[in-house]
Amino acid sequence: MTTIPTPGELFGEFDGLLARGHQLANLDTGRPLRDVRDKVLSANAYLGAAPVVEALQKGAQVVITGRVTDTGLTLGPLMHTFGWSPEDWDKIAAGTVAGHIIECGAQCSGGNCLNDWKRVPDLARVGYPIVEARADGTFDLIKHPNTGGRIDVPGVTEQLVYEMGDPHTYITPDGVADFTTIRLKQAGKDRVQVSGVRGKPATDKLKVSIAYFYGYKAIGTLVYAWPDALAKAQAADRILRQRLQDLKLEFDAIHTEFVGANATHGPLAMKGLDADALPEVQLRVGVRSPDEARVDRFTREIAPLILNGPPSVTGFAGGRPKPEEIVAYWPALIDKTLVKPIVEIMDV
Amino acid sequence: MKRRSKPRTVQLLELAHARSGDKGDTANIGLIAKRPRDYPLLVKQVTAARVARHFKGMIKGPVERFELPNLQALNFLLHGALDGGGTISLKTDAQGKVFSTALLRMTIEVKR
Repeated sequence: MTTIPTPGELFGEFDGLLARGHQLANLDTGRPLRDVRDKVLSANAYLGAAPVVEALQKGAQVVITGRVTDTGLTLGPLMHTFGWSPEDWDKIAAGTVAGHIIECGAQCSGGNCLNDWKRVPDLARVGYPIVEARADGTFDLIKHPNTGGRIDVPGVTEQLVYEMGDPHTYITPDGVADFTTIRLKQAGKDRVQVSGVRGKPATDKLKVSIAYFYGYKAIGTLVYAWPDALAKAQAADRILRQRLQDLKLEFDAIHTEFVGANATHGPLAMKGLDADALPEVQLRVGVRSPDEARVDRFTREIAPLILNGPPSVTGFAGGRPKPEEIVAYWPALIDKTLVKPIVEIMDV
Repeated sequence: MKRRSKPRTVQLLELAHARSGDKGDTANIGLIAKRPRDYPLLVKQVTAARVARHFKGMIKGPVERFELPNLQALNFLLHGALDGGGTISLKTDAQGKVFSTALLRMTIEVKR
């Protein structure tokens, strides 16, 4: 048996919602949705664990969902198995924390782990995390024996703080978890025990993920070799920007990075840098604009730098960069009462 | 007579590890003490104001700090850090994944 909670698809409902005074304001910028209404491509509410629990209670063996929070996918089976009440806020928070820890797969079992990274064993055969849960809301994180990776307190802590906002109020459709109450303990090799999680009541909103068409971007790259690799790349950037100015090409943004020097750590990496020692630097220039023609014109300014610009340049075999469409993200909130998940059971 | 020892300057890399991520145009950095006894040092010296100065020129908005003593960790929110974030951003690090190690370049003072 399979079951499908509908994906909280709101696209068809939009104009009705806006007409009834729902702003669907951008959570980050506060702008009302009507500013980009004609560019909206899709809209989905994030559902929580409730429809997953309903599906399991109706006997589903496989649950296929639309947009459900990552944490809801873990919390749902726990609520179903242990019969947790949706208003037992500490348990809801505990299941949510379990979901947060395993939602990025092996990122809690040794993958992308900065702490002591050189000694994480056998990432080629990394073991994915398993939540061994108990009815009281405590759980252990483990992985299968004879797999690679590592499950330890520092690694699990890294994953707990990943994409974290205010740790006191980790909000999901199911409840609000307080990450400052979590207790971690190394309970054995590749076994971390999690306990103490406290929660608070859910809010009356769901998050809506809206995608809209923003415009175009393109990124051009060239590689400059020693000697003076950085100085050559910087000179090429100045020439390129002069050209764009002479062509009267304006963009919403022009962004230059010197990969090998400042692309990841910006000016922090330039302090005390021995630029003369750099064997090579990649010049990486990006532009964005609602106007495709302007972005396309930019892409034609990269190749001329090879013969007309600073010397010792290579890395252009890939050809002219292509303008790419930007589908941008518009997060908003909607009243829970406006979204009715439907669970459908199918025999297959 | 005991001479008062001068404090020593150390890079956060020695005392802490970190992981960072994004929410829209905001990067978050979780900074975690390697040894629980160093956590109070981080609380005292790695303030929101200090982190804002550290990232001057790299971020457009304010810095918020939250304490997680249970995990010996601090969480920083760096607003306006990602050139619009997500698909809009032209940055290599559009998702703020390596702001973590950029913070570990900071130095603080410790007693010898």
